[in-house]
Amino acid sequence: MAHFVDRRLNPRDKSLGNRQRFLRRARAEVKRAVDKAVAERSIVDAGKGGTVSIPTDGIGEPQFHLSSDSGEREYVRPGNKDFVAGDRIDKPRGAAGGSGREASESGSGEDPFSFALSEAEFLDILFEDLELPDLVKASLKDLSAKEFRRAGYSNDGATPNLAVLRTMRVSMSRRFALRRPTDAEVDRLEAELAALRVKAAPELADELRIRQLYADIERLKRRQRAVPFIDPIDVRYNRFTPTNVPRAKAVMFCLMDVSASMGEREKDLAKRFFILLHLFLKRKYERVDIVFIRHTHEAAEVDEQEFFYGRESGGTVVSSALKAMIAAREARYPAADWNVYCAQASDGDNSGSDSRDCVALLAEAILPLTQYYAHIEIGAEGATDGDESRQTDLWRAYAGLKEAASNFAMARVARRADIYPVFRKLFTRQTKQGAAS
Amino acid sequence: MTATTLTPGASTANDGVLFDGAEWDFETVRRVYEAIEAIARDDLGLDVYPNQIEIISAEQMLDAYSSVGMPLMYAHWSYGKRFVRDEVLYRKGYQALAYEIVINSNPCISYCMEENTMAMQAVVIAHAAFGHNHFFKNNYLFQQWTDPGGILDYLDFAKRYVATCEELHGVEAVESTLDAAHALMGQGVFRYPRAAKLKLAEYERRRREKRERETRDYCDLWRTVPGAALAPTGDLDEKDARARKLRLRLPEENLLYFLEKNSPALLDWQRELLRIVRNLAQYFYPQRQTKLMNEGCATFVHYTIVNGLYDKGLISEGALLEILHSHANVVAQFDFDDQRYGGINPYALGFAMMQDIQRICVAPTDEDREWFPEIAGREDWRAVLRDVWANYRDESFVRQFLSPRLIRKFRLFALSNKASESNVRVEAIHDAEGYRRVRSALADTYDVSANEPDIQIVDVNLLGDRPLTLRHTVRNGVRLAEAEREATLRHIRRLWGHEVRLEETPIAPSA
Repeated sequence: MAHFVDRRLNPRDKSLGNRQRFLRRARAEVKRAVDKAVAERSIVDAGKGGTVSIPTDGIGEPQFHLSSDSGEREYVRPGNKDFVAGDRIDKPRGAAGGSGREASESGSGEDPFSFALSEAEFLDILFEDLELPDLVKASLKDLSAKEFRRAGYSNDGATPNLAVLRTMRVSMSRRFALRRPTDAEVDRLEAELAALRVKAAPELADELRIRQLYADIERLKRRQRAVPFIDPIDVRYNRFTPTNVPRAKAVMFCLMDVSASMGEREKDLAKRFFILLHLFLKRKYERVDIVFIRHTHEAAEVDEQEFFYGRESGGTVVSSALKAMIAAREARYPAADWNVYCAQASDGDNSGSDSRDCVALLAEAILPLTQYYAHIEIGAEGATDGDESRQTDLWRAYAGLKEAASNFAMARVARRADIYPVFRKLFTRQTKQGAAS
Repeated sequence: MTATTLTPGASTANDGVLFDGAEWDFETVRRVYEAIEAIARDDLGLDVYPNQIEIISAEQMLDAYSSVGMPLMYAHWSYGKRFVRDEVLYRKGYQALAYEIVINSNPCISYCMEENTMAMQAVVIAHAAFGHNHFFKNNYLFQQWTDPGGILDYLDFAKRYVATCEELHGVEAVESTLDAAHALMGQGVFRYPRAAKLKLAEYERRRREKRERETRDYCDLWRTVPGAALAPTGDLDEKDARARKLRLRLPEENLLYFLEKNSPALLDWQRELLRIVRNLAQYFYPQRQTKLMNEGCATFVHYTIVNGLYDKGLISEGALLEILHSHANVVAQFDFDDQRYGGINPYALGFAMMQDIQRICVAPTDEDREWFPEIAGREDWRAVLRDVWANYRDESFVRQFLSPRLIRKFRLFALSNKASESNVRVEAIHDAEGYRRVRSALADTYDVSANEPDIQIVDVNLLGDRPLTLRHTVRNGVRLAEAEREATLRHIRRLWGHEVRLEETPIAPSA
């Protein structure tokens, strides 16, 4: 008789360990493929997993094989149509052996190896060694958020913190130790006494027993009074000690210039940058709020749709956005609870006097309270990050700030594929500085 | 093996079909299993290990795929590689999953997919739990080389051992040893049973007998015969070498075994890893030699059983048609010039040959009588097939039983291909002159050891810088593929710890 087993409910991810081993093995290749995929992908898909292809180099499993391009061999094929013995057939070009498919199966296989990555794996690889510099500090040094955590019991405390169960336990052990008579014992004797007393014709033994019972009950009750049910020394309280915890919340301010000089292309590039930053923060913090502030000559806090696709026109006053950000931060995001990140995208056009205002605002009000401030300037198509020839007002003004503040970074972006390297550079460069200092 | 008794199908009460519709449940599966078992045992006379049938999901099937079909397997990145590849192929629909996987173990475990319809579950049970199972239990190669009762325990041990090693010595160290061992899996099997090690008493007895024989037969005259072999006077080096080779039992074709026992560079746990890989290679070796027969046997069994079920009125016509449809897909053989051609389909050829043997037994033609005098007209095809399943492997099976009729049916033709020439020559086709040539050429392609490089360890100098010498005996001028040769040699170097040379020595063709 057969034995039937339903395995469907067994744990599924039996291959997970092997899968991770494989990814670790192919790490470098997979990373390259992921970087490429991100550069090519559309905005909504940026963080999703998907299929990547890698060359087979690092993951080959060599074995001794007979080569297909030397010696002589015989084989049999089905489906002869019109050959007769002695016919000669030209070999197909390229595949020696005339067995195209088989040859490529057993051969070393030049085809790229493609497979699917899950979202988590994809992001892991995407953000590998891409640490925000102040993040480390935030979790090690900047432990400003305090939280009270349970830490055992104490003998004194406030009444609301009374630990009832613990108190009762202590009380019980004290009562046992001091042999306090229980109510049940007293009740039993009293019941016996009552039974004897209602007896119609008590005998001598009963009389004696009654007297004895009176004495016993009296003794027990006295002892009960002497050893209280709950003594003040039994009382315990829950103890709470203040613990420093890393702030698990982050707010990300997205500042963007939406004046007429910012076209679709510029906005699209900015959006990609914001998305990357958001993805990154989402992985690091339990909660990430995003505040969108767009500005022309005046700034407004808007929702995402409005931010990217709303139409607005006017001049350019960058400081208005900075002021709006300061206001929003003060109103809703106390520095004790929130890590503040800020990303600003602009095409660099701003009046000279306002740029100076911006620098002052940043240096005095914003940077001291911000974990990281990234400014990207969307350059003209074809310009590169290293191209310093076209210096905008804002860029020049910010350049000094870059030297002074370690949590301020700026970069130029001109093409879609630039975004990711720039993003990476912005953050890794800081790490190096941090490590050096 | 039980005697064959025919169950008169017509006389059983036809009390309706066993199942209706595509849905299955455990109760129905059990009833169908019993009906199948009745036919398999009583009609076909199959002799099987106890069955354990496990229902799994598609995801679990993928898992099983990637760990070479075994229910438990040690961890290694190459299985992860297989998994991610199969997953993509499956998700994109390039590749359907197998209906079942069956493991040569006792009890015999077969996996059935939950997505199968009831009719397919019936086929799968007949195919795997009886066809493959019977083959595993009775074929001589499996009997000789595998231990189905112990394999699961062994795998469990291997899995835990590898995990412990990873903990103690680091994942990377274990991985590099396993990588190297995997590279030698093809050279990690014993192809011939080795003489059992003698007990000391027996050894002494033989030695004594030999000495006595020598004393008895000694004749001083032989020494004086001119030209007689003198006592070996080769120089010291040569004598050394001979003694050394004798001691190390060289030449040795099982590279993994040799390295496990003799490598100066390996630590104990690494030797054990090599041993695990070697044991697995040995376990799978019979399967590689019997792919055609194994699938042919299982396909024939399920085909016969399903028809038996239908004859008994146990399955409906609709179910039969569904089964035959998928059966036809499985045994489809595409012509060599077809886009879908992927080699000779073992299901197709195996099944056709089994059916052909049945036909030769029952209704032989004159041609069959001439080619197969031993079995033609023997009526008792069940016994003949059971004998075939027990005593042949693919190569000998084809060489013995491929009939001219099948060569004609498949329109087989033999080609010879010389690397030096720009065209291939048709050596034989399905005609009277060609049958034997085609059959023998096809049999050769199923000879696993002839299609793998013949590599042996021929010498090792344990005193000097310890070079290990391998020899590839080149047959028909077919050399090793260059790139992989070097990569594999690097792995051997890692295991041996010193220089490893590989010489390729041609032998005369057809020698």
